[in-house]
Amino acid sequence: MNELPADLRYTKSHEWVRDHGDGTLTVGITDHAQEALGDLVYVELPSAGKRVEAGETCAVVESVKAASDIYSPLAGEVIDANAVLGDAPETVNQDPYGAGWIFKLRIADRAALDALLDAPAYTQTLADEA
Amino acid sequence: MASKTPLFAEHQRLGARIVPFGGWDMPLHYGSQLVEHHAVRRAAGVFDVSHMRPLDLDGDDAESFLRRLLANDIARLSDPGQALYGCLLNDAGGVLDDLIVYRRGPNRYRLVVNAATADQDEAWIRARAAGHAVAIDRRDDLAMLAIQGPTGRELASPILPADLRAAAAGLAPFRSAEDGGWFVARTGYTGEDGYEIMIPSDDAVALWRALLAAGAQPCGLGARDTLRLEAGMNLYGQDMDETTTPLESGLAWTLAWEPANRAFIGRSALEAQRAAPTGRRQVGLLLCGPGVLRPHQVVLNRGEPIGEVTSGGFSPTLERSIALARVTGDAGRNASLAVEIRGRQIPVRCVRPPFVRHGQSRIDLSDS
Repeated sequence: MNELPADLRYTKSHEWVRDHGDGTLTVGITDHAQEALGDLVYVELPSAGKRVEAGETCAVVESVKAASDIYSPLAGEVIDANAVLGDAPETVNQDPYGAGWIFKLRIADRAALDALLDAPAYTQTLADEA
Repeated sequence: MASKTPLFAEHQRLGARIVPFGGWDMPLHYGSQLVEHHAVRRAAGVFDVSHMRPLDLDGDDAESFLRRLLANDIARLSDPGQALYGCLLNDAGGVLDDLIVYRRGPNRYRLVVNAATADQDEAWIRARAAGHAVAIDRRDDLAMLAIQGPTGRELASPILPADLRAAAAGLAPFRSAEDGGWFVARTGYTGEDGYEIMIPSDDAVALWRALLAAGAQPCGLGARDTLRLEAGMNLYGQDMDETTTPLESGLAWTLAWEPANRAFIGRSALEAQRAAPTGRRQVGLLLCGPGVLRPHQVVLNRGEPIGEVTSGGFSPTLERSIALARVTGDAGRNASLAVEIRGRQIPVRCVRPPFVRHGQSRIDLSDS
């Protein structure tokens, strides 16, 4: 497995979160998640303006194998979604932490970020699952 | 504890993702299912299908017994080596399994049945063979590889034993040849040309490695599933099972009604159903909106449920989602059909499988 970016936060459901420090976050799925799903063939993106709770289904990725829900890591409002994935869902497989991001979120409460996992804690989660 | 084929260590060495399937630990893919799928459509891929179970039936009553056992008629197999696809039915006409039967010689046959149903099939067949002069030999000693794709036979030919090479090269589709414990058939489950090769387990690793060295892409069950779906081929347990008949599963073509006096198991139930159809039938579907068709999604006609998807997925060749579905009654005009995906009705079009054969689309994608 590739090493985890240390500057990201993670969830037990295998999303990653990039904190932009201004109340906005970028969310994607981890390298582990994309590998487990296999080749992605469809991504259902949320619309900007959608309000979501922490843990609420916010997007769906479908691989050749199955459909899988992507959960919002925190409560907030969707402000953008990665339109590139409409034509090129495989971008998530190719670059899960970069061009394969899925949506952006504006959060009300920055303190909630503390509830997310850091890279060592997510690594432990993966080890516990294995 | 799941069974492992003689090639299990080879799959691990290649980094395959291993999944349980029909009581076996099998490779799902070796990195990318899409790459494997395209390799079979465009060049050649090799599959370990050693979970499939050959059952050899020999004896003076073998032919007459199989004519009673199977809904297709093995009397159609006039030549040695000829193969036939068909169904094993219960008395109600429900499908116990689908299988291929090869005629190896007078009163010598080989059945190849599905992994998950092999034990049940064997017990069913043995029970019905009681009192008949037919010996049933379950060939757990054989491994099976499928080399599939437009260049598959050419690639495999030099690897076959010298004594088998010429016979294999001369095989017509649905014919087989054997020599020295090796059995080569021009059959498959992908909609492409190729061979299925049954060999002693001890020879499996050498054959596998030779095929890879010759350029065949190792392919897992994932690609096998998308290839067979594109080819419009049913998967047992998904597209048909004991609760459905061949008439309801797109398999009417495998029923040999003539001669009318051949009393195969399930015949009377099927004749009753033919006379008074249940209205259930199999159709092919092409998704005309966003999403991916998946098993058990509900098919609607003018908003009313008429059935469900039995096999669905993404077609890598068409770059569209396709499905096999079982619906009741008239599937309606194209404009009124939909499938419910996550609470939304997405339009689908009814099409006649196969979707893809020999690398080419067989359906019109233009108006959707």
